[in-house]
Amino acid sequence: MTPILATKGLNKRFGGLHAMNGVDLNVERGELRCLIGPNGAGKSTLFKLILGTYPPTSGEVWFNGENITRLLPYRRVEKGISIKFQVPGIFQDLPVAQNLLIALQHRLSKEAAKAELERLLALLDLQPARAQRAGELSHGQKQWLEIGMAIALSPSLLLLDEPTAGMSPEETFKTGELVKRLNQDGMTVVVIEHDMAFVRQIARKVTVLHFGKIFVEGPLDEIISNEDVARIYLGKD
Amino acid sequence: MGNWFSLLNGPQTMGNGRGFWVSFCAVILILVALPLFADSYLINNIGFFFVWVFMSMGLSLLWGYTGILSFGQTAFFGVAGYAYGVITLNFGSSYGLTFAALLVAVALAALVALIIGYFMFYGGIRDVFVGIVTLSITLVFETFMAQTAGPEWAIGSARLNGFNGMSGMPPLTIPWPGQEDIALEGQYLFWFLVALVVCVYLGLRILVNSRFGNVMVAIRENPNRAEMLGYDVRRYQLIVFVIAGALAGLSGVLYTTWGTYITPSTMGLTAAALPIVWTAAGGRKDLTATLVATIFLVWLSQILAVKGSQYALILMGFILLVAVMLAPEGFVVTLVKKIGLLARRSAPKATSVSERKLADSSSSS
Repeated sequence: MTPILATKGLNKRFGGLHAMNGVDLNVERGELRCLIGPNGAGKSTLFKLILGTYPPTSGEVWFNGENITRLLPYRRVEKGISIKFQVPGIFQDLPVAQNLLIALQHRLSKEAAKAELERLLALLDLQPARAQRAGELSHGQKQWLEIGMAIALSPSLLLLDEPTAGMSPEETFKTGELVKRLNQDGMTVVVIEHDMAFVRQIARKVTVLHFGKIFVEGPLDEIISNEDVARIYLGKD
Repeated sequence: MGNWFSLLNGPQTMGNGRGFWVSFCAVILILVALPLFADSYLINNIGFFFVWVFMSMGLSLLWGYTGILSFGQTAFFGVAGYAYGVITLNFGSSYGLTFAALLVAVALAALVALIIGYFMFYGGIRDVFVGIVTLSITLVFETFMAQTAGPEWAIGSARLNGFNGMSGMPPLTIPWPGQEDIALEGQYLFWFLVALVVCVYLGLRILVNSRFGNVMVAIRENPNRAEMLGYDVRRYQLIVFVIAGALAGLSGVLYTTWGTYITPSTMGLTAAALPIVWTAAGGRKDLTATLVATIFLVWLSQILAVKGSQYALILMGFILLVAVMLAPEGFVVTLVKKIGLLARRSAPKATSVSERKLADSSSSS
């Protein structure tokens, strides 16, 4: 079976910095993959290359067996890739419900969007805040709202860049359950995360990035007990 | 009918309630009846205020709703104004040709906006640089037109006349079978302007409250997020830029027919800054606020100018500063929100009183 997402020899240089150095990442349909690695390992850069925020220096991005390396970002989104940014990217000045509707109206009629809006608000626990300005939400709620906008597109591949940053342990746990549920419903999810408790909660397979390369990849237990991973994370020599 | 009406109202406009629409209709009725009572000086004057609102509503659309600050809407104003002059001076005004000239002039302004906008938005120019590019363009147009004084600068029989500008264009005329053409002057021009303001205003309300309008405000709030929801941001920006350019062009044509002249200074720095003051002072994120503020501020500058004061422009600058510091959302918007807040604050009190009464009556019985 062709993987839903495949990068082939992906390279990205920013001047002298080799941010991405020949990454071959394969994600199978239905997977829930975690992407970890120390700061500056190239995790967010990898997401941006997958979405086409900037072009790779060399290498290719394949989605559903199609080479999308040259497609504009919005075309990739239309193909079924959706992202939650690292810094919450919401429409601050607009009400919560309108934030979600703007995402929903892209694929649904007015009536269908309204029904779907209610489902999403319930799923994200945002019903009481529906008329509130998105900029007034708590940090955790903003993260949820953006996850909601990302999944409103009903993507086949969801990219989450540090979805639990700044959340309380309770909120983090809830987010983990939400991600697992989306995955069980058939969505392929790739998550960048620092919080190892969260990674343990959701992931079965983990990819470790280090200096723009795939350092090691495998089942969660193996990665956790891998001494090299501990070394690059904790700086042990 | 009800369905059509609901298109006018939505999250992107203030004044969605019954009270607003009742007063809206009342204002229109007063305006329509006004020429029957008022003298022609007043009618002409109010007509002059209406001339400008198309440009500022276009800027509201562009800047307030879509987040693109153009400093050069006057470029399109001037292009259309001059185009109307050139066409009508060459082809005359019979057979309703003036309306064809109006349409061609506005289309030309839209075309210029399309070309400039294409290179800007598809070339990745963003934020403040759009303002710099558009300002440069309007100043280039002004400088160019100002040096067309010589007789070699003529298009057909229309002399461009350099800094003195073109004059003597015919007013808009409606051909009437069996009779002389009706010239849209005085009260007729006034009624025409009122009708045009109402149509454009309602049309823009429908636009901003539609799906398209949702995407416009999404782009204003966060263009990256809008793109990551699958919207081609550049295309939306270009479309809005063209609409705003056409509206500025419409103002330009109406200005030309109103005063039967146009000069290069209508594209100069001062002229370019004024729409920004009008739009910002009232509340750029709302069409109605922009409309009201534009009429008020054009009236105010005129009063000051008529009194021989040189301070009209300084006052406009001062108003912009005060608006930015005290009411960054605009005076009209801030005022409406304050009133709304007061009304809401008193409303719960009223219910609590009635609830208490209810409780009292139930306990006493």
